[in-house]
Amino acid sequence: MMNRQSTFIIGVLGTLLVLVIRLLHPPEFWITLGNYIGLYSLVAMGLVILTGVSGMTSFGQAAFVGIGAYASAYLSTACSMSPWVGLLLGLCVTIATAYFLGYITLGLSGHYLPLCTIAWGISLFYLFGNMEFLGKFDGITGIPPIDILGYELKSGLDSFSLIWCVIVWVGLALNNLLNSRTGRVLRALKGGVLMAESCGVPTMQYKLLVFVLAAVLAALSGWLYAHLQRAVNPTPFNLTAGIGYLIMAVVGGVGYLWGAIVGALLITVLNNWLQNILPSLLGQSGNYEVVVSGILLIFLLQKYPSGAWSWLTQTSRAVLAYFNVSFRSETDLAGSAPNRGWSQHSVSGLLNGVTGISEVAKHSDSFINNSNSNIKLRNRTLPLKGDTILSVNDVHKSFGGLKAVNGVSFELQAGQIVGLIGPNGAGKSTLFNLISGVIPVSSGSVRYLGQEVKDLPARKRAKLGMARSFQHVRLIPGMSVLDNVLIGAHLRGQSSWLGAIFKTNRAEEDELKELALSALAQVGLSGYGSLEATSLSLGQQRLLEIARAIVSGPNLLLLDEPAAGLRHLEKQQLQSTLIELSRTSGMGILIVEHDMDFVMSMVDLLVVMDFGTHITTGAANEVRTNPRVIEAYLGSID
Amino acid sequence: MDSSIALILAQDGLVTGAVYALLAIGLVLVFSVTRVIFIPQGELVTYGALTIATIQLNGFPKIIYLQMVLGLYLFVLELLKLGKSVHQNIKNSSSNVQFKELIHNKEVEFKALIPSFLKFIFLPGLLWALLYVLQASEVLAQMGVLSQILLTLCLVAPLGPMLFKSVFEPVSDASVLVLLILSVALHLSLMGLGLWMFGAEGGRSKPLLELNLDWGAFSMSGQSIFVIVSSVILMIVFSLYFQYSMSGKALRATAINRLGARLMGINVKTSGQLAFLLAAFLGAFSGILIGPITTIYYDSGFIIGLKGFVGAILGALASYPLAACGALLVGLLESYVSFWASAYKEVWVFSLIIPALMWRSFKHARLLDEDESL
Repeated sequence: MMNRQSTFIIGVLGTLLVLVIRLLHPPEFWITLGNYIGLYSLVAMGLVILTGVSGMTSFGQAAFVGIGAYASAYLSTACSMSPWVGLLLGLCVTIATAYFLGYITLGLSGHYLPLCTIAWGISLFYLFGNMEFLGKFDGITGIPPIDILGYELKSGLDSFSLIWCVIVWVGLALNNLLNSRTGRVLRALKGGVLMAESCGVPTMQYKLLVFVLAAVLAALSGWLYAHLQRAVNPTPFNLTAGIGYLIMAVVGGVGYLWGAIVGALLITVLNNWLQNILPSLLGQSGNYEVVVSGILLIFLLQKYPSGAWSWLTQTSRAVLAYFNVSFRSETDLAGSAPNRGWSQHSVSGLLNGVTGISEVAKHSDSFINNSNSNIKLRNRTLPLKGDTILSVNDVHKSFGGLKAVNGVSFELQAGQIVGLIGPNGAGKSTLFNLISGVIPVSSGSVRYLGQEVKDLPARKRAKLGMARSFQHVRLIPGMSVLDNVLIGAHLRGQSSWLGAIFKTNRAEEDELKELALSALAQVGLSGYGSLEATSLSLGQQRLLEIARAIVSGPNLLLLDEPAAGLRHLEKQQLQSTLIELSRTSGMGILIVEHDMDFVMSMVDLLVVMDFGTHITTGAANEVRTNPRVIEAYLGSID
Repeated sequence: MDSSIALILAQDGLVTGAVYALLAIGLVLVFSVTRVIFIPQGELVTYGALTIATIQLNGFPKIIYLQMVLGLYLFVLELLKLGKSVHQNIKNSSSNVQFKELIHNKEVEFKALIPSFLKFIFLPGLLWALLYVLQASEVLAQMGVLSQILLTLCLVAPLGPMLFKSVFEPVSDASVLVLLILSVALHLSLMGLGLWMFGAEGGRSKPLLELNLDWGAFSMSGQSIFVIVSSVILMIVFSLYFQYSMSGKALRATAINRLGARLMGINVKTSGQLAFLLAAFLGAFSGILIGPITTIYYDSGFIIGLKGFVGAILGALASYPLAACGALLVGLLESYVSFWASAYKEVWVFSLIIPALMWRSFKHARLLDEDESL
């Protein structure tokens, strides 16, 4: 990861480059083209973090550009105020509208947001075009240029310098943002919210954040546009323009921040060229460039349905690797980690400050700060051995007429490993989801550390100290093993998105990374940190999920078929890891598992279910000889 | 506003609302069967309206070229596919016996090309020849209204399945968002092509039913009656089709569960083509209905389609009757708002989406989807 100084140095170098270009006095045509490419890039960058990184699509960015442009245009002409006041107003209006639109659509399934932004884009266009004080469809003219400390940016070249300096710094800020605690969450949003919520991430807040950020970038572009053009009218802010921004982001490689500039460049130049060449080819004029760019986009997406970005990122990574530049070098740290002696981190190191079962205040689920480090990571007090962590009491769940879980009760104590077994369709996974908070119980109670949690969502339960793995592995493709683990450590960090942009999060990030590396070592994956998560074998991916769960320092670890797909040795290692975790730290572990050998030899208690009903609870040996269990698994004799 | 104006506005609202309702039904159908949000349906409305207007002026509808080019593209794709597999097999087969068997297999595959040849090359060609003759002999404008409607439908509706096959079918498993972006890209291209095919002037077709009913203060044009009656009939036909016919049931099954339908032997791709055919038919027919009411330009369809869409969203993109009611509401709102504040009518109509979405998002408060596929 670039540290603060290198971010700053690259920023200064970029600024200097822009100024050098300015001194070279390129021809006016290129300057104008460059200005537009810059303005489009800014909007497209917002779409990269919104669509490419977080998986949300907006066709309405042009409307936000319009708000930024019109707000400043109105204030600086009708009220003769400084463009800077206009910028402030434009940003305020943008943030308010984006927050409102996001709030009502981001909780719905994915396609409602793009639809809503289409409607929003059209509405705003007609509003601009019909409002008396905004000059109706003629717009506003005579907008003053931006002044910086008394110097007016009158010429195209002046605007060029400003626009591209803004891009350099905004790009660096976003790059910092993406390589942070916030950035990891944003990437996690793309694959659905369940995993992130289970790691304690308030996904709605992050969706809103990225939506508002993208809108702010659009508004900023609009402000620059208004004062560059010195006139505004509704046409550049209509829906077609909004679609155009998305096309730029997609063509540029929507997962890659700087790809936005490439996309804006390609589309602008292509449109320019098509506008010149098509009328002579077709013998009549009209906006036929949209036909060609539409068809091009269709072919592009057909060839790369997961997006041109997947292909483009690979290519650009290869190019970057060739030039030996790495924008995501935190993976390098992970790669070299095994040589740097992380293995010294034992379980107690992982749980940072909590040495086994200590005399610290019991039942406390609040976070305490560890005193022996200057970084304040959140830690959790573990319960004393023998304390009840989880108490499930007469829990029922029915889906319509189907009783999936029909009255199950059991208790899990600190330092215990409990296995939940039963034949297929017994309701194990449903019960597991009821405990982890993915689905609500129909009746009964789930008490966690003495507190009733049945009405709490998964995220709140994670905050109280539950961590889980998934039966169908949920990792974030395209992200390194280490970054995937770091999502599990979300609740232990505190740095905000602003901290990420200004790089004040560095110490915390290092600390979190240490934790993540020791968690990886714990499950036997040390040395794999820099690989892409989805390149691991299925067994290793399961181990990775466990590492992601334990890095949060949970009191209760919920594992959904952790041994499926693991080789014999891996199973043995996992077994000893889990036993060590529970014995030394007092962590309670609940395992849903099919592999009898794996479960039998490690659990303190077995809960057996069949057809949603609780058959028996007992030690492994008792259960093995219980006639009802045998009947459930093998069928009865009659 | 007195009661007679209110009545006129209500009538206007019902007429446009009925057209939006047809579009909303098409959108719901396509979305539920293929997960495609069919934004280009609006372009098919334009095509329908302007094609019949062109026919009535004895002009040559250039839209046939679009059908021929798409047909040619699809046929070439099938040829290439076949050629590739033949080439692969020849490379793999060593002995003579296998080769003979191969030739036999290939004969079967070549025979399978015949229906595609008919669909993609022969029929569009035939239609072109027919148009050419009719136009040259100046019969086009003199034909009866029904034959004109039929001809327009033949020109526009086949574009639906053709576009589905060429644009969406190759990536039918992609996410809703990718399909949506494709849909928007297609809309852009079709709108631009509309400008090339019909020019920038716009057109207005003749009323389909020359009639005027007067009941004292209240009068109703034949056109309005035609729109409302034919929309109602179409909706009834559609609901009967979905309830009783085998292919209608297959469409419903695909909409409810794609995988399940596949396991029951339903060809999901055929269902998709059928859904697009029906939606394109509804789009073209809506265009024919709305053509005499207002002047249609090459880019008008988009907004009309989107209004059908607002109706469909009010119906949560799932229920046909709700979508139709939503569309009627849109039509009525538009009609009354344009009386009070005509400049802001689009703003009002599209703002309607906001309370609908708010209601949905509070009703389905923060569901955690176990298998979010987006």
